[in-house]
Amino acid sequence: MSEKKSLREAYGKTLVELGKEHEDIVVLDADLAKSTKTELFKKEFPERFFDMGISEADMIGTATGFASVGFKPFCSSFAMFLTGRVYDQIRNSIAYPHWNVKLVSTHAGISVGEDGASHQCIEDLALMRAVPGMTVLCPSDAVMAVSLTKKLYEYESYAYMRLPRNELDSLYQESDDFKIGKSVVHSIGKDITIIACGAMVSIAKKTLMRFKSMGIDAGLVDMYSIKPLDKEIVREVLKTSKGILTAEEHSVIGGLGCAVAQIASAEKRVMMDFLGIEDSFGESGTPENLFEKYNLTEEAILKKGKILYDKL
Amino acid sequence: MEKKFLAQKSNECRIDILQMVFNASSGHIGGAFSAIDIMTYLYFHKMNFSKENYLDNSRDRFILSKGHASAALYACLAHKNIFSRNELSSFRKIDSMLQGHPSRKTTPGVETSTGSLGQGLSFANGCAMALKMKKINAKVYCMVGDGEINEGQFWEACMTSSRYSLDNLRVILDYNHLQIDGFIEDIKNPSPSKMRFESFGFHVIEINGHDFDEIDRAFEEADGVQKKPVFIIAHTIKGKGVSFMENNVNFHGSPPKKEEYEKAMKELSDV
Repeated sequence: MSEKKSLREAYGKTLVELGKEHEDIVVLDADLAKSTKTELFKKEFPERFFDMGISEADMIGTATGFASVGFKPFCSSFAMFLTGRVYDQIRNSIAYPHWNVKLVSTHAGISVGEDGASHQCIEDLALMRAVPGMTVLCPSDAVMAVSLTKKLYEYESYAYMRLPRNELDSLYQESDDFKIGKSVVHSIGKDITIIACGAMVSIAKKTLMRFKSMGIDAGLVDMYSIKPLDKEIVREVLKTSKGILTAEEHSVIGGLGCAVAQIASAEKRVMMDFLGIEDSFGESGTPENLFEKYNLTEEAILKKGKILYDKL
Repeated sequence: MEKKFLAQKSNECRIDILQMVFNASSGHIGGAFSAIDIMTYLYFHKMNFSKENYLDNSRDRFILSKGHASAALYACLAHKNIFSRNELSSFRKIDSMLQGHPSRKTTPGVETSTGSLGQGLSFANGCAMALKMKKINAKVYCMVGDGEINEGQFWEACMTSSRYSLDNLRVILDYNHLQIDGFIEDIKNPSPSKMRFESFGFHVIEINGHDFDEIDRAFEEADGVQKKPVFIIAHTIKGKGVSFMENNVNFHGSPPKKEEYEKAMKELSDV
């Protein structure tokens, strides 16, 4: 089994690295610096770190003020409080006036675990996709989180990136490059291709050999850039695969699956299915228990993939 | 301070506001009229803000958090020649640079987009904090409405203003006592306002927001305050300047009818 690494730790360390190179980066948090790992930046650059307290709306607005004077602010909190709670502030204070503010959430999805549904944001991708002009990223391992954090700094517009609480399997090499709007093609299946993001990528990867033994040729695309979506790759997948299964640690409503379907369905006749959290809240439990109960497992992918294959 | 000049300027702006809202058949006259005297003082006397420097980081900044008074802001910016006064006739119409509520992307001189209430002070705080970090000696002026401060984010932002001792910030409350559904006292009463804002860590000054001498004294006093943000409670009259619009909530967000427009124009032209 590959080594597991923390994406938020990777994010915090990369902020420090960026802070050393660039004086214009400022970081804001809302009393969760220890958890989001922005405390690493705080330790190194206390004069450029602002703990706004438990007032996310004010944090967003303050960040836009910084951006207007020429700074490049990064705001962090849990996905629940950095998106749903401040949807209007993101829409009207960041996006509409077009301020260069970066939103990086941690503790996204149900893998938050024991804290329960109030803290398990499973609709952040849907909310952020809906904001006009918003870029939405969901990395699948720590190396990718580092690379995308650096890309975010260079990116001259507002963007949202979601990270999980728990560690994820390492998938990539430090030499790998991840561009906003692109994806990583692991393989394209003759029968079906799984298009996944975040924690679901390494889980889906483990199903590929098992699909083979079932006589199904399955492929995998890591679609870390939810918006802009890598349309070319979706079209490429459609040239070979007869079916697409999307997989995300997010509601099946409005996230990666819907983004892919929007492109695929306009392209050609294609059978699709969507693995994610059905229209429900999560609950308390260990991340493992929750992934099991809410069907975010290899078995669930195999089952859904087989049903999809049988319909082709 | 040239009081006569400012009085004349604010009257010209009132006429433009009236025309804009009448032309557009929509817009917010009452809250624009209550705010315009202070805005005139800031734009035409106090602030370091001009056609030449309005994009420089060293400029003073005015943020109209109560964005529905956009007509007042556009009138000021047009009179400052940031854009042509001809643009005013396009207010709230399709393809216009003058959106219903201030939009930074479409209108030169607008510091940020506002209108979703309660958000402007957070932006202003960020500006003030960033200016201090860059050691730029510019001031940030943020006007909020008395109905607007029902919003929780405003109070979050107040705590930030004092937490960071933003003595380069002046918050102005346009205290005209009316919001859409009626008297603010009947909805969420901000009184006792002076005590409240003092307890939030502000240096508080109370003035008549239509008296240029009092306005001038307040902002001069503000310049001497150190280590504290300044809060100016400006007692104002909604619809100020047109007799039948004053203290009349019907002119919060409804345009005047033709006869009302003509009557109002006559009153303002006779000043």
